[in-house]
Formats: sequence, structure tokens, C-alpha cells
Amino acid sequence: MIDQSKIRNFCIIAHIDHGKSTLADRIIEMTGLLTSREMQAQVLDNMDLERERGITIKAQAVRIIYKAKDGEEYIFNLIDTPGHVDFNYEVSRSLAACEGAVLVVDAAQGVEAQTLANVYLALDHDLDIMPVINKIDLPSADPQRVIEEIEDVIGIEAQDAPQISAKTGLNVDQVLEQIVQKIPAPKGDPNAPLQALIFDSLYDSYKGVIVFCRIKEGTVKVGTPIKMMATGATADVVEVGYFGAGQFIPCDELSAGMVGYITASLKNVKDTRVGDTITNRLHPCDKPLPGYKKVNPMVYCGMYPADGAKYPDLRDALEKLQLNDASLQFEPETSAALGFGFRCGFLGLLHLEIIQERLEREYNLDLVTTAPGVIYKVHKTDGTVIDLTNPSNLPDPSEIDYMEEPMVSAEIMVTSEYIGAIMDLCQERRGVYVSMEYMEETRALIKYDLPLNEIIYDFFDALKSRSRGYASFDYEMKGYARSNLVKLDILINKEEVDALSFIVFAGSAYERGRKMCEKLKEEIPRHLFEIPIQAAVGGKVIARETVKAMRKDVLAKCYGGDISRKRKLLEKQKEGKKRMRQIGNVEIPQKAFMSVLKLDDK
Amino acid sequence: MREMEIYVHIPFCVQKCSYCDFLSMPADDDVKKQYIGRLKEEIRQMSEEYPGRPVKSVFFGGGTPSILPGSVITGIMDCIRENFQIQSGAEITIECNPGTLDVSRLTQYKKAGINRLSLGLQSADDKELKLLGRIHTYEDFLKSFDCARKCGFDNINVDVMSGLPTQKLKSWEQTLKKVTGLKPEHISAYGLIVEEGTPFWKIYGYDEETRRKGEQPLFLPSEEEERQMYAFTVEYLGKKGYERYEISNYARPGHQCIHNRGYWDRSDYLGVGLGASSMMDNCRFSNTGSMEEYLKGRTLEGEKYRLSRREQMEEFMFLGMRMTEGISRTDFLKAFQVTVDFVYGDILKKLEQEGLVRDEKGRICLTDRGIDVSNYVFSQFLMDEEE
Repeated sequence: MIDQSKIRNFCIIAHIDHGKSTLADRIIEMTGLLTSREMQAQVLDNMDLERERGITIKAQAVRIIYKAKDGEEYIFNLIDTPGHVDFNYEVSRSLAACEGAVLVVDAAQGVEAQTLANVYLALDHDLDIMPVINKIDLPSADPQRVIEEIEDVIGIEAQDAPQISAKTGLNVDQVLEQIVQKIPAPKGDPNAPLQALIFDSLYDSYKGVIVFCRIKEGTVKVGTPIKMMATGATADVVEVGYFGAGQFIPCDELSAGMVGYITASLKNVKDTRVGDTITNRLHPCDKPLPGYKKVNPMVYCGMYPADGAKYPDLRDALEKLQLNDASLQFEPETSAALGFGFRCGFLGLLHLEIIQERLEREYNLDLVTTAPGVIYKVHKTDGTVIDLTNPSNLPDPSEIDYMEEPMVSAEIMVTSEYIGAIMDLCQERRGVYVSMEYMEETRALIKYDLPLNEIIYDFFDALKSRSRGYASFDYEMKGYARSNLVKLDILINKEEVDALSFIVFAGSAYERGRKMCEKLKEEIPRHLFEIPIQAAVGGKVIARETVKAMRKDVLAKCYGGDISRKRKLLEKQKEGKKRMRQIGNVEIPQKAFMSVLKLDDK
Repeated sequence: MREMEIYVHIPFCVQKCSYCDFLSMPADDDVKKQYIGRLKEEIRQMSEEYPGRPVKSVFFGGGTPSILPGSVITGIMDCIRENFQIQSGAEITIECNPGTLDVSRLTQYKKAGINRLSLGLQSADDKELKLLGRIHTYEDFLKSFDCARKCGFDNINVDVMSGLPTQKLKSWEQTLKKVTGLKPEHISAYGLIVEEGTPFWKIYGYDEETRRKGEQPLFLPSEEEERQMYAFTVEYLGKKGYERYEISNYARPGHQCIHNRGYWDRSDYLGVGLGASSMMDNCRFSNTGSMEEYLKGRTLEGEKYRLSRREQMEEFMFLGMRMTEGISRTDFLKAFQVTVDFVYGDILKKLEQEGLVRDEKGRICLTDRGIDVSNYVFSQFLMDEEE
């Protein structure tokens, strides 16, 4: 029997790049779970993608044994949380599995937008927050200033925060010791009815779904008849265990206060939603743990195989990804321009990009993606409301009473010299100013309400470029607001290209239409004939560009008998054609469909 | 025995022109001497590999072959004659640059049996010549031309180029007027292509994207001006009695270049010398481009590549259609035992609808518009690997 008072369940929270995963690695290494030789950098980021991008996509957990200065051995359960606003809900569930959070703050950068957002999230879950100042080995490090900032801005005591370098391991032992002293041990009665929180799950082709959970009350062991309280799925436990580094280690039972995994021959991650409560179906608990919600996609786009014959492959790949990612949604759709594909729903743009990259890399698919859009609520004159995810399905304007679009409340932290530029950006994106407060003399936190569809394009890039990388950004959903929206259609050689249509604020339609036409003009190669590119709203053309006809494409000089070189040239020309989409008699490069997403030119 | 052609590459010049991307360089006498030795050795070796084949043309290209003393060219010709069967009446051409020609050279060429000269004039405007990095003036060219006629050369080609930096339609008209006034038998009128790796590329270079969009870099004629020059060329040379028989080649009746035609109608040809390409019995191969390697006797670069039937068909089309007379349906059938429509029916129909090719008395050829966009047309004849 494990002594509950010797358990510490905690997570590490930080702004992106402040060193969360590096600290996790160091802790694992220093507690002797792995030698540094066995460690690939950042053990907890399993996917290649996570390592490359330096972000954590899925929650991970690991159990480590720490022999403290008091001579006792402690069990640490470290839960690594996803580091992006797209996965906020997953983060909140991971936090709910802990008693405390180690807050990592970069000694040079100080408090950032995500630092704040994560701290508030942790406070919401009544976690004890233990600040750590990282990267003190940087020449620009100013730990004292950062300590004051943490105290002033966040309002938590930080004088005795360990000052560490996760990279070199300096003072990381202080972090371990403070975890024992400052983070409370879990509570809960091992004999009470089972109540366990699901904070992640993973599909394994041999074991079925592996459910990551925190036991709040009661005990679970092999054979326990369990039930997921929200989805209603039932099963009998086949295996329980805890998390070694990169492996699952079976054990006899998991009891209140412990973190571990359960398998029960479950076939589908949809049955084991993050946030759901597992109980014993013969001795159920009174009520589920609070905070469960079904996460819904926020951003939609069409995904098409570049090679139409790969449609079944794309479907298989999406199905496989969905096994591990219940928040990914997709359904078949057809486009006149792009053929058969899927309308896919994502938590946000990063989620979209990750799925796209995984499809391309892990499944070797060449994709054409249409402009991402949000879910609009279309209130029809007959009183019904439809959720619009594909611009092509917009009803005739005569049937529309009004439309609503999703809003977010955004927090942007920026140094004072860029406040003007960032406010300009927010205004351009139809932001409504809420407030601004100075965190310290040179930095301010600006709050805006923004339409979601204004930030899903290139807002983040624009923010970075207009603040020279100094602005940080976080947002949360804030319901729907009525808005004057229109569908902008693109006509190429007089033919409407459905895959290029999108919904846009009426006041921005002209500007967007003009930029789209300009961009497409750059992307579409010259043909034998002239090609008009038009942007239209409700059948009325509002912008136009022309791709001039190809006058000359001739290799005059071709003497000398080097025919192979000439052949290569022709082959290149032909190969280029293969990457084109035929719309009417116009060939459009696949990348044209994507390039229109980047329209901010400042 | 199938006829064949011989190409001899002389990779030397006085000074490399700024637009030139052929294999050529200034070199000292020692290298030249070694090179000629190796060249003759290669000719002997190749004659053992391809014995007894009648030769219908020989072409000395470069570089500037006329940079070599007349006796050296005579020596190479002797070597070729000793090892190959040169047909009587074979066309034997040498490329010459104005400024490197004199009576002694021309007399020796004549003695060696050379019966055709190709003079690289490029422009009749001295300012344009200077920009091209040419070593001669128009006056130098006139002297060379006059001298050639006096030495009895009655088959002369003049190379000219349009689309040059700072060139205007007026100066192009002048160039063509002056050249036709001299009544050469043959005119090659090329459009300048700024090739990667040349000094021109650095000055006027522009990427694929820019070119695709039809934008021109500074100093080069605009697309519109280029069009006008081009249209003028076709019309004016036609009026002066020069028939266009290939995209860039014009000749008075009976003076088409036999050697160059060989490339388009897929005659066998053997290239000797640095970097020279060959096609013999449907195998393509080329020599090393490294002088060091070549002088050491390691001639071939890579291996001989046997063209598949598919590739032969593709070449038949995209090479044959460079000639204004196009390709013959009967020849295609004879070569491949299948009709051209069986292989290319759909493509030809589409190209005909686009107004790019036309069918004429059993031949298929490019229309004027088809010539303009011939790369597009030719690329259509490439088949997918698996087909």
C-alpha cells in the first residue's frame, strides 16, 4: 500500500519556450529514471512534430521516485500539459488531476500572456503554485526583476523561487525539494466509491484505448466493472498501471491520490472523453467530477488529396488520427474544383496545422487545404438556425434574416513601443477595445474582443511581425455576436471556384477580394489565353485582375546535339502541370489555394 | 549502312562572351596541343566502334574553331577522312568568329574540304556587340565575309540574335537589312536566352516566376518589343527569299543546313571532343565536360543510354516538329509500326483545337501560334512512364 502522504501530483506550466519540457526532462534525469545517455532530448514530447516545434501537443505523464533530504522516498507524478491555447480544455483537465503547479518563468522574458492565462487556469483549479525562475544562465537574465514581476503581476510569493537553468541542471535539486515541501499530498478515501478523472487517452492497437486518469476516490484494479459517467460506456478493467519513462508499467491497483492508466479493451477514444469521470458501475459514486464538457471544433477547412485517387487513403489516415484525437472531426464533402475530400473540424489553427503535417508526413499524403473558416450561425427568415461550416452551403441571401459569428476575448502582452502597432492591428481586425493595463513601466496587457475569423488567418504572424516578436497572445471563446457577413466568391475565367469562396465581414469584402485577386494573379501561370480573375459578392464583381495570355514559350537556341537537356526542360514543364488543378480550362497550382491565406502585407 | 554525322567540339575562344553557356574557355597553346592529340585519338577509337558508316556531314563547333591555325583543322579533317567514309558532297561546316579569320585560314579550310562557313555576327550594331562581350566590330565581320566569298565559299550562314540588352526594333531591323544585303545562303536568327551561370545571368538574370509572368528585367526589350522583332524577322526574311525551315533557321532554296536537320530528324550523330553529345543507334551519350578528365583519356561521362521506344516516339515528335515541315505520318508508322494517331490522337486533337498544330498532306506541323508556344506543345508529347 502506497502512503498517500508521500505522493505529489503536479504539472509544469509556462509560456511557450520558457523551458517547460526541458525542466521536465531534467527532473526525470535527476531522479534517476533515465541516464542522460538514454534520454533523447525532451522525453515527454513523443512525436517528432512536438520535438521539432518545441511544443507539447498531447498530455503526457510520468511517475518518478525522489529520495528527499528528509530521507523519505516520494512518488512524483508529473503531468506535462499541452502548451497551446488550442488545447486549453485539455490543459484544464490535466490541471484538475494535480494538487500543484510548477510555474516556470523565463529569467529574461518575464511574465508573458500565456504565463498569466496558465496561472489563472491553475488558480481556478485550486492548485498551489510554485514559481521557478529558469534560464538564469542567459546573459540577459534578470531574476530579481522577474521575481518582482511575478509578485506584482500575478500576486504570488516568489522570493524563495528556485533560480535555475533547466538546460544545465543548475539548482534543479531545489525544485525537487520544494515540490515535496510546498505541494500538498493528495487526499481521498481508497475505500470510497470509485471516482477517477480522465485527463487523456491514447489508442494502442494491442490494448485498445489506454485511459490516463487520476484516482480521486476509491480504488480500481483488474476486473473492476467500470462506467464512463458522461458517455455511458462500460467495460471491465483488463490492466492498471503507472507511467514509466516512455513505457507503461502494470501494477495491482490504483487507489485514491494516484495517477496511472487503465485499459479495458475499449475500441474507441470517443468513449473515453477527456474530463469524463470513471466510476464503478456496481458501486457508483454520487455524482461525476465537475468540469466535464464536450469539446467542439472551432475551425473548419476542406482537406483534399492532391491526387484524387488517394481519397480512400486520406479517409483511412483521418480515421487513424481520430482514434487518438477525439476532437478531430471530419465528414466527406465534394468540391467542383477539388473533387472528393473532407470537411474537417479542429480546435484551432495549430491543431489544423498539426493534423495537416501529420497526414503529410506520417501518411505520406499530398494535400490541398482550403481556407479555414469558423462556424457561423445563420438565422433564416423561417426562424431556423443553421451552423455553417462550409461557405458553399450558405443559403440564398433572401432566406437569411441575419448571421452571427464567434467572438473571442484576447489578451495581448506587449512592450510599450509596439502598443500602437498592435492596437492598429486589432482595429483592422475589427477588434473592440476592452482595456489596457501596464504590468510594469515598459509592458502592457491589452484586452480586445475580436471576431474569431479575424484571428484564424495570419493574426499570429502579423502580431509577431508588427511587434518584432515581442508580443504574446492568448484568447478564449466568448460566444456569438451578430455581424454583417457576406460570401465572397472567386471567379477564374468566369467560373466560380467553390474551394476559394469564403465568408467575410461586409466592410472588408472589397479589400479582401482585391488582395485575393492579386495573390491569385501571382500564382496562376500564364495560359494560351487571357484569364480574368474576379472577386464577387452576391453576383456583383468587386475586384478584378487579369493573367495575360502567354505570348511566347519557345526555346530558340537548340543546336548542339544535347537533346537530354531539352528533354529535361520539357519534363519539368510537364511535371509542373501535374501539380495543377483543372478548373474549366484553367490550370491552377495547388499552392494557390493555400497562398491566399496569407494576405497581411505589413 | 545507316548514314551518320560527326560533330567536332573545339572548346576554345579568345574571350568568353557574356551570354555564352557553351563549353568553351580561353586556353594556352600547350592545352590546345594536348587537346587536339586527344581529339584525334578519340576519332580513331570511335571509328573502331562504328566502322564503315557513311558520313553525310561534319560540323566544327565551339567555342571558336577558327581560333585554331588552319593547319590544325586540316589535321583533324585528315584524321576523320582516314577513319570514316565521308560521302562525296557531304556538308562540312566550320563555325568562325569575325576577328579570327584571315585568307590563310580560309584557304586551308577550303583545301581541307570544308564547304560551309557559319559566321557568328549576332548584331550589326557595335554598341550591342560590345554589350554582348564580342571581340569584333561589324566592320570586322564585313571584312571576314568578303574574304570568305573571295576564297570561294558559296555556302555561308550568319548567326544573328534578337532580344539583346538595350536593343530596339529599329536596330534589329538594321541588323537584318545589312545581313540580307550581303545575301548569305543561310541565316540563323535566335532570340537571346539569359542562361544561368553566365555573366548575363548576374546582370539581367531573372527567376522562373518572373519569366512565367512575362515580366522582363531592366535593359532587356519588353515582351511587346520582342514580339515586334520576332514578327519582323519572319516577315522580312521571307520577303528577302529566306524560307523558315526550323524555329530559328532560315535558308535560301537548297541551302538548309544538313547537319542541323540531322538533329531534328533523328539521324545518327557522333560528337567528339569535350562535352560533345552523341546519338548512335538510339543510344544517347555524352563526353565529360572536364578538360582534365578528357585529357587523361576518360572520355565518356556516365554510360550510354538506350532510348526506350516511348522516348524515341517522344523525340520523334518534339524534335521533328521544330521543323516547319513538321513530321510525316508515314515516317512515324515506318519507325514505330503504329500510327501516330494511335499514340498521340487525343493530344493532337486538343492541340489542333487550340490552334497550335495543323494537319497537312500527311504531315503534322506547328502553326505560327504553335511555334510561339512550342515548349508547351512539345511538353504535351511526353508520355507518363507507365503508359
